[in-house]
Amino acid sequence: MTVAAPAAPLVDAAGTEELPPPRRRVGSGAAAVLGLVPFAAYLLIFLALPTIVTVASGFVDADGSFTLSNVAALADPVIVQTFANSAWLSALTAAGGALIGALACYAMAGLPATGRTRRLVDAASGVLAQFGGVMLAFAFIATIGLQGLVTLTLKDRFGIDLFAEGAWIYALPGLILPYLFFQVPLMVITFMPAMGALRPQWAEANLTLGGTRTGFWRHIGIPVLAPSFLASLLLLFANAFSSYATAAALASQGSQIVPLQIRTALTSETLLGRENLAGALALGMIVVMAVTMSLYALVQRRAARWQR
Amino acid sequence: MNARGFAPHPAVRWAIGLVVIVLFAIPIVSMAEYTLRDATTGGHSLVHWFDLFDPAKAGTYRPIWTGLGNSLVLAVVTVAIVLLLLAPTMVLVELRFPKLKRPFEFLALLPISIPAIVLVVGLAPIYLVIGRTIGTGIWPLAFAYGVTVLPFAYRAIQAAIDATELRTLAEAARSLGAGWPAVLLQVFAPNLRTGLLAASLISVAVVLGEFTIASLLNRQNLQTALVVVGKQDPYASVILSLLALAFAFVLLVVIGRIGGGTPRARRTGRTARTAPAPTRPPKDQP
Repeated sequence: MTVAAPAAPLVDAAGTEELPPPRRRVGSGAAAVLGLVPFAAYLLIFLALPTIVTVASGFVDADGSFTLSNVAALADPVIVQTFANSAWLSALTAAGGALIGALACYAMAGLPATGRTRRLVDAASGVLAQFGGVMLAFAFIATIGLQGLVTLTLKDRFGIDLFAEGAWIYALPGLILPYLFFQVPLMVITFMPAMGALRPQWAEANLTLGGTRTGFWRHIGIPVLAPSFLASLLLLFANAFSSYATAAALASQGSQIVPLQIRTALTSETLLGRENLAGALALGMIVVMAVTMSLYALVQRRAARWQR
Repeated sequence: MNARGFAPHPAVRWAIGLVVIVLFAIPIVSMAEYTLRDATTGGHSLVHWFDLFDPAKAGTYRPIWTGLGNSLVLAVVTVAIVLLLLAPTMVLVELRFPKLKRPFEFLALLPISIPAIVLVVGLAPIYLVIGRTIGTGIWPLAFAYGVTVLPFAYRAIQAAIDATELRTLAEAARSLGAGWPAVLLQVFAPNLRTGLLAASLISVAVVLGEFTIASLLNRQNLQTALVVVGKQDPYASVILSLLALAFAFVLLVVIGRIGGGTPRARRTGRTARTAPAPTRPPKDQP
């Protein structure tokens, strides 16, 4: 113990950031605080102010006086239906994306993280998860649009008319496939690190104790991965819920989901006979996003237990 | 069970892999096939690719080149905001205000939780004021883009800061007589270059793909131009979407190389290798 004692403070000094460093001056104190001002001002004007304006505009009428009529409009059947559509689309594509993405992660389980396959998949997932928006809409117009490759092939070779019941690609169901196209890669990006936290030793221990492969997944794999899966699911939901560009480029008419309803409210003067409805709709979106992301943070904290 | 314990059977691995790859290849192959269609012969040719540079059709495609130019300006200004405003502030917080690190992280990751479509409602009146005072040029839009890229840029730079002993470097440089500008430019910048480069590339990728804010504030960028032109000539828009996809893939491969390729990143392991690649918000957000 006497030998170890002098070494202990050294370990502390290296291991913690709390100890005062020998020389911590970066100019004078006032100058350092002044250095924070430009960025703080920037965030204030372009992050805090727009958020406050958005929320506040939901409570203001055309003359600038306080009103609850906009927020009350959130209970209008049309608006409720829009939120239901958004929630339904987001939940469906989040669940589908999470399942397919998790399967893809399972297929890569045990591959070295620095290997060629993993690197390629990482890069491809990164691109495709970013690939939302206008370009994705054009990809699907070329695929399952009225003149798309898949549409024409099905019609000419197999006599199947994709659009026998109308051009659904430009309506709500048409968004499901494009959304999956960015949900699955996002799942791979977020879920793969959790998969990597599964230790081969656990499988060995399971084997030594007479367990089977199915037993490993039932008693170890799935319980350990469940919180991460749920966290990713919530993130995917938030991702789909806040997505605008793909829908805007595909569905040029109608406002089936909340972001498109906000577009209509912003570009046309009145919607449902009310001004400033965009603010109320945005407020509704903020509430949904806040709930989803808070749940995500909670579950993620639980999930982080297994990922050092 | 094999050596890795829980790894799937190779046949299962390949079956899942093939199905997923085919499903994701279909839209991309469809895009390529679509751009090669030739209406006059009913077959395939490069006619739509050549049309892009046909002077007779320049009028139709002009919005695309204007939009591309605007998007490049926005990318440059946004990168400037990241490198000249965000990065120095992060260094300052690291050195002088360690207690602010958690709140700063919360603020930096906040834009992930605020959809662009929501932000734009509040940005509209602000840009009305900007339009009256600074003018209706394209570049002020980069201020809004600086906020949308903030989470990604923050992660990339913070990973580099965490992997570097900034304080020790600063003390060494100061004791050798360097002034603070020299410390920032000649000591910190080279040491943080992987993070700064990754942050810049991600910012470029995000800005080139941005549609929501530009469209609803009535500004023209690459994506809004694709929609406008796509209504008259969808072939041109599909060609440019395909090119943008290829460009984004190259950018991200470069980011991956930067993250995993330098000795520093390899030595410091996990954080440095995984962090520069988050094109999307993976973990621990607000």
